[in-house]
Amino acid sequence: MKSLAHLREYGLPLAVFVGVIALWEIVVRVNGIPHYILPAPSRVMVTLIDNFGSLATSWWFTIKITFGALLLAAVGGVLLASAFALSRTVERALFPFAIVLQVTPIVAIAPLILIYINSTTAALLICAWIVAFFPILSNTVIGLRAADPNLHDLFRLYRATPWQRLRLLLVPTALPYFIAGLKISGGLSLIGAVVAEFTAGAAGRETGLASRILEASFRTEIPKMYAALVLVSLTGVAIFVVFNLLSRWLLGRWHAAEQPDLK
Amino acid sequence: MQTLVLDAVDKRFATGVWALRAASLAIEAGEFVALLGPSGCGKSTALRLLAGLEAPTQGAVRVDRAATMSVVFQEPTLMPWSNVFDNVWLPLRIAGIARDTARERIAPLLEAVGLAGFEGAFPNELSGGMKMRTSIARALVTRPSVLLMDEPFAALDEITRYRLNDDLLAWWRAHRLTVLFVTHSVFEAAYLSQRVLVMGARPGRVAADLAIDAPYPRSAAWRTSVRYAQVARAVSEALEAASSGPT
Repeated sequence: MKSLAHLREYGLPLAVFVGVIALWEIVVRVNGIPHYILPAPSRVMVTLIDNFGSLATSWWFTIKITFGALLLAAVGGVLLASAFALSRTVERALFPFAIVLQVTPIVAIAPLILIYINSTTAALLICAWIVAFFPILSNTVIGLRAADPNLHDLFRLYRATPWQRLRLLLVPTALPYFIAGLKISGGLSLIGAVVAEFTAGAAGRETGLASRILEASFRTEIPKMYAALVLVSLTGVAIFVVFNLLSRWLLGRWHAAEQPDLK
Repeated sequence: MQTLVLDAVDKRFATGVWALRAASLAIEAGEFVALLGPSGCGKSTALRLLAGLEAPTQGAVRVDRAATMSVVFQEPTLMPWSNVFDNVWLPLRIAGIARDTARERIAPLLEAVGLAGFEGAFPNELSGGMKMRTSIARALVTRPSVLLMDEPFAALDEITRYRLNDDLLAWWRAHRLTVLFVTHSVFEAAYLSQRVLVMGARPGRVAADLAIDAPYPRSAAWRTSVRYAQVARAVSEALEAASSGPT
């Protein structure tokens, strides 16, 4: 029964989500919880619509930082991964730096970057990039080395050029690993963009959702904090959905990760 | 004319293990030879030396200059992201032959190996036998004069293996190529080959060379004949002797 399967796949999580929101609404209304402590979902929605003009500008800014950083992370991660895959020496020389950047919390590095870089936008971009690029780098390095040794032998027997080996063997082998990295990095670059902006405490015209949340918290406008939070979450969910679709589109036919359950 | 020769070859791996010690063999053009031995006796290493995938530590590996070689591994070794057609196309693609030109050669080949209609199927949609057929089609697409096979049917069920054995023999008889067939199955070696080279282990060497004196075409009748049982026993005993020799 296909419709039943569909219902279980989409209907169940949707029902649980709606149920939780409804419960929240009821709890707030029944107990008369004031909106400056916990606003009801309906109130958050109204606030979101009322303030959409100012919030949308900030939202767009956060989206730009997130995807800009992700793009740079993808390009930088793949280039560095290729260099690592080509030469163990390069890997040994540079990998410690990548690890240091990865393990140092971004909130601790962000103030320094904000001091050194004049443009806040550029500083935020760098912060988000630092958080996002490591999963792409490490996954792609593994992926480029994961090719079947027998296939490597086969390419050797047929005297493939290095370019053919790269295009026909290494890139397709690394693709699922890269996509897995991209899925992680997509979420992380959003976190990086928001966290860095919190640290920056940026004010002015060119600011993102984090600044709206900070402003609202200074004025104890709790419903507005929630409204901005909703937009951050929406962005994160959208990133997740987009990369899952991309993964299914690119790997759907052949990769085990995208096969339906055999039940 | 000798197509494949190992002349007193030693092979020592970086780990210090001697895979082969003074191993010699010679295979004539057009012969079907089985290389039989227990696992770890260096038969795959012998095949890899002949394919040029390894270099000998000592001794000489000689391959006829005119020979064109293909290798079939124990695993089908297909590219999971490519369908059957693209997998078979790979050797031609590397040689710079475009898809449409290759199609004229690949279509009849897929027909011949029993894969007609499966051009668009991906490896994860194929049975083990079909994957191995794809792997063999890829090996044959370059029209090799020498086919090196490294336990190609070891992972298949018996019925599928028999069928692939018969198809392989039919192809060999029709195209007169040289086949070196590595196996650990006495019965498979006795069923397929004109000659069985029996290897001993630790270090690997060719211990016995037995001719299988039975006419082709061979079929189920050969597999159930008294003569076959005698041959299989002789091969078994040679294998036993090679394995229990001085270590």
